[in-house]
Amino acid sequence: MIRLVLLIALMFGAATALSAQERSSLWPEIPAATGAPHPEGNEYWRRNHMNLMRHDRDQTMRDGNREVEASLKGCFDCHAAADGEGTIVTYESDKHFCRSCHDFVAVKVDCFMCHRSTPEGVDETADEGADHAAILSPRQTLADIGDLVAYLKHSNRTLVVEAGQ
Amino acid sequence: MTGNNSTTRPKGAEFSRRDFLRSGAAVATATLAPGVTLIAFGGSQAQARADAGKRWGLLIDAGRCDPDCSACVTACSDENGWKDTGHPETDAQWIRKVTLKNKFTGHVSSAPVMCQHCEEPPCVDVCPTGASFKRVDGIVLVDKHTCIGCRYCMMACPFSARSFIHEPVNNQKTHAPRGQGTVESCTLCVHRVDNGGTPACVEACAATGNEAIIFGDLNDPTSDIAKRLAEYPTSSLRPDLALNPGVRYSNL
Amino acid sequence: MERTIYREIKATPHLWETAMVLAAFIAAALGAVIYVEHHGHIVTGMNNHIVWGLPHVFAIFLIVAASGALNVASMASVFDRTLYKPLARLSAVSAMALLIGGLAILVLDLGRPDRIIVAMTTYNLSSIFAWNLLLYIGFLVIIGAYLFTQMAIGIPYDTVRRIGTLAFLWRLALTTGTGSIFGWLVARPGYDAAIMAPLFIAMSFSFGLAVFILVTTALCRLSGRQVGPLLMTKMGRLLMIFAAAVLYFTAVRHLTNLYTAEHAGFEDFTLFSGGIYTWLFWVGQISIGGIIPILMVLHPTFGKTPNATILAAVLVVLGGFAQIYVIVIGGQAYPMELFPGFEVTSSFLDGEIAHYRPRWPELLLGLGGVATALFAIGLGAKVLRILPTTLSDANLSPKD
Repeated sequence: MIRLVLLIALMFGAATALSAQERSSLWPEIPAATGAPHPEGNEYWRRNHMNLMRHDRDQTMRDGNREVEASLKGCFDCHAAADGEGTIVTYESDKHFCRSCHDFVAVKVDCFMCHRSTPEGVDETADEGADHAAILSPRQTLADIGDLVAYLKHSNRTLVVEAGQ
Repeated sequence: MTGNNSTTRPKGAEFSRRDFLRSGAAVATATLAPGVTLIAFGGSQAQARADAGKRWGLLIDAGRCDPDCSACVTACSDENGWKDTGHPETDAQWIRKVTLKNKFTGHVSSAPVMCQHCEEPPCVDVCPTGASFKRVDGIVLVDKHTCIGCRYCMMACPFSARSFIHEPVNNQKTHAPRGQGTVESCTLCVHRVDNGGTPACVEACAATGNEAIIFGDLNDPTSDIAKRLAEYPTSSLRPDLALNPGVRYSNL
Repeated sequence: MERTIYREIKATPHLWETAMVLAAFIAAALGAVIYVEHHGHIVTGMNNHIVWGLPHVFAIFLIVAASGALNVASMASVFDRTLYKPLARLSAVSAMALLIGGLAILVLDLGRPDRIIVAMTTYNLSSIFAWNLLLYIGFLVIIGAYLFTQMAIGIPYDTVRRIGTLAFLWRLALTTGTGSIFGWLVARPGYDAAIMAPLFIAMSFSFGLAVFILVTTALCRLSGRQVGPLLMTKMGRLLMIFAAAVLYFTAVRHLTNLYTAEHAGFEDFTLFSGGIYTWLFWVGQISIGGIIPILMVLHPTFGKTPNATILAAVLVVLGGFAQIYVIVIGGQAYPMELFPGFEVTSSFLDGEIAHYRPRWPELLLGLGGVATALFAIGLGAKVLRILPTTLSDANLSPKD
């Protein structure tokens, strides 16, 4: 029992120590945006973007109101993310703006089964298949296993470091 | 619990400012002098939302349609991003050219067939989730956010106007989202219509000089389409079903 | 007269083997679903003409058979035939299991099965399809309650009878709904007929009883329990009447169509020139599923053996699949007439008989649904006291 309490305390300590010092390498790297910042602030949009977008999508599609603020097209005006070589990435890539956070919080979005995930004009044909199909992709499975191993190693190391202190 | 009333606003005061901004886009208010306010609506041809007073429709003149021309089909495909991959049974076909040979006289004519944008659309009646719906201005659409891909609308459509997306899709047009496992059909280029434009097929047909397809508001007696409908004999497909399609044909 | 004692079936090696085989079919079906999900419906034989294919044939057979599997329970509780009372529990469980198997196929064949939650939370009440979903849910709830009243201690028989009556009426509504999925499709010459609802009800009586006869026989053989020959021949007689009813409604449907010139083309297609569909109609549906089992049960000597009933049930099931195949696929294959008086050609192949060649993912999914239903029935018999220790004829009262 005492061991268990110690272990929990240790893990808790590790977590707080991490957030207090530097952010873990697992923290999402959110791609920088272009254009003017949201006047409401990023916090507002982080918290409400799904409601804003759902509200406005129904306005657009059902009511034909094209003068809405929140749209995927609008998002990618500023939030198109590029990979190391400057190519705009699709949702297939974990560098994609939406995935940078959504992977982190493990919330899967359904948007890009139908919507394009880049600004109009970018050629998406290079990426084969839709993202939901990744369950059968050996490449994706191996990548997932790699991520998991990296995560376990990382958390193990921080624990060891904590314990060593 | 129908999908139609899903446009209710999320709760919260934070929307008031956004709504103000939105209304500001459509209504320009200028104070000229104390007590005198000039209010100008619109500013462009764009509507703030679909107009319930309108009924958008097409008039297709088979007499002017060239059997060897498929400009409308190509234009639709380019505009909306669906492709002919050489598999006519599984490829999406929002619009198709039909060649008609009179069984008795041998006379050959042709006409395009697309979603007929019925006033009483069977696809909307049968859709279990309400994903098939008709806008107030008569345009029949599929809400791909709630389409589960059951294909009952395709069973119900008398015109075979709908396609099921059989393969993964990418590189869609921003204004025409489409994805594997959902049903789609002609949208009457709703993204153009909402901005005061005309459908791509109509534009392409006019560009060939045939001018076999006219677009307009069936409810507006002064519109070109309503005048022609009043003047010349026209028919609709499957009149026996009394669906009152928004797409009309002449000289079939 | 012996008391009817219900006991769970024992876990014999045979039972385990059967369960493993069924589980393998279910696993194969799930694999097929993931495969189709990954590549899209392009890997099935379905297309924009035949939008409902083999999975729907299996699903509709199971759903129709589900409401029919309740027959035996209804005979016992509603029509007070004591002969069938020992089988009422198994009948209720079979009905639920078959429905679940059918629904599993329907859901897993959706273009977006991941959106099942949308289908269950967003209803368009003008859709007969949405009504059907409500009817299915209601069916499971009511039959669940019916089963509970049968099995719980101290529930007065009157209550059982009342809820049994409700279940009976509900299953009539349910099959009316299933038939109307096709009957209300005004555009297609192969459907658009009010008779689809009663035809489907007759089909459900027939297919459901046939499946139930086979399930009962199989369960009793697996668990080494006795089935009385008289019970079997009684069920065989009943099956014969139901099969005849299906023939009757089929005849009325086609005669009505033949009388109107408008439907001559479709009737010519089904009855004479439709290739596989014509063959399935006459050989599968009419002969194997109708005339042969009827004659078999009527045979003066062979008809009085349990084997006649079992064989007739097998034939009715095979004929039933053929019949639903002809209705579902044949009805879509025949083209809709958009331009009367014209020969139509187009890139969409308007005016031609549509092609359909089922492919293995569809077959696996369909068989997986059947396996799911059978597995669920077996599981029910394994964990619940629904199967009597003996179904020998000793319990029959003279009036039966």
